[in-house]
Amino acid sequence: MMATNSHIVRVSNVTKTFQLGKIEVQALKGVDLEVAAGKYISIMGPSGSGKSTLFNMIGGLDKPTSGKVYIDEVDIAQLDAYELAWLRCRKIGYIFQTFNIIQVMTALENVTLPMVFAGMGNDSAVEKGMQLLKLVGLEERFNHKPFELSGGQQQRVAIARSLANDPAIILADEPTGNLDLTTGEEIIALLKRLSEERGVTIISATHDFKMLNVSDQVIWIRDGRIDKIEDRKELSISVGKIDTRE
Amino acid sequence: MALEQIRLRTNAKKRPMDRQVVLPFRKSFEIAFKSIRARFTRSLITTMSLILAVAFLCFIQISTDVANGLLSTQNIERRQALIRAGYDVQPEDTRIGNTPQQKWIVILSLLVCIVGIVNAQLMAVTERFREIGTMKCLGALDRFILRLFFLEAGMQGLIGSALGSLAGGVFALLNALIQFKFAALTYLPWEDVAVSMATAMGVGCFLSLAGVMYPAILAARMQPVEAMRIEE
Repeated sequence: MMATNSHIVRVSNVTKTFQLGKIEVQALKGVDLEVAAGKYISIMGPSGSGKSTLFNMIGGLDKPTSGKVYIDEVDIAQLDAYELAWLRCRKIGYIFQTFNIIQVMTALENVTLPMVFAGMGNDSAVEKGMQLLKLVGLEERFNHKPFELSGGQQQRVAIARSLANDPAIILADEPTGNLDLTTGEEIIALLKRLSEERGVTIISATHDFKMLNVSDQVIWIRDGRIDKIEDRKELSISVGKIDTRE
Repeated sequence: MALEQIRLRTNAKKRPMDRQVVLPFRKSFEIAFKSIRARFTRSLITTMSLILAVAFLCFIQISTDVANGLLSTQNIERRQALIRAGYDVQPEDTRIGNTPQQKWIVILSLLVCIVGIVNAQLMAVTERFREIGTMKCLGALDRFILRLFFLEAGMQGLIGSALGSLAGGVFALLNALIQFKFAALTYLPWEDVAVSMATAMGVGCFLSLAGVMYPAILAARMQPVEAMRIEE
């Protein structure tokens, strides 16, 4: 791949139709999108706008009805189950609104699980897992089960887990949705730091306006279409408008 | 240090498939074991129906073994004792098999057991939808999920049927001691007892694995996005 064409994610004329009983609902009505590597992107939009649908498409969790999704210039519709699993394991890290830490495993086991899938040996996986937990400030709690951790701590474990195989993209679906204001801010700051230090592309679906301050680019979705795409410098102007709108 | 690097590089070259996700057997075993331990009560309930069915099967088989042991002594008194205990012994019989009613009840109990296992495992799968979906998002293949469920069921099957056949054996022998006094043990064909217990254990393991088949396939086929949609 050439450096001049470093779009880590490319979405080309994607539509998605859901069948709800006899009614067809078009969640996405033709979306084109290009995401440059290393950026911090927020997908913003009210619920029901197709935000989560687009997000699932990019993550390879769902297939589009028509159109193409390219990750690292690979059309993910062409991948078989094994390649898709490999993609999820190595290229993409997921962070969820509900944390989705595996309840029966300790923090460290959660972080090392993707490394096990990637074929890493036990000792090196544990070593790297501890490094990642240290990175998110939880190295002393490595042996704790999820129910012994607070929401913010669970989300930190999830962030450490998403970094397990040094992915190119981190997909965060409403990462602050279940957290209080301060904890949410901490998580956002952590994500921003990781994006700067590690050059990971972060794509986050959210309706948390705190996210706007750290985003390099904000993609506004409305009614299954891209409403507008704003870069950081344009954003400072429109944020005022949002505040008054709230 | 340099040597180390060279070794690493040659190792990397040797690897045939670069784009492959793996779950080593030892690791799957570890995950399955921890999962049972973490959900001990649920596993216990699943295993309980298996223990009971296997114990019943084993009890019937070993009781028949005891009766055959007594019958093989050709002693009139012991033959009378057997008839008094309710065994259907004809004058020309030298062996006793299971009566049709016994067979029917055993088959019925095994059927009830397998339905119970399927039910309990379906509940377990539903409870774990989110966990399965998360694993799939982290790169797990369908067959990893299948393997985890079968390993869990296998362990439950082994432990459950071992406990079951032990309990069935002990109760059958106690029952025989009460009915026929020490003669029951004196003439007991121990090889037959061992075979009966092994058969009961085999049947138990089979039931456990057969019962988890449908729930496990259901879990493994699930798309990660569906799993994520389910509210806790």
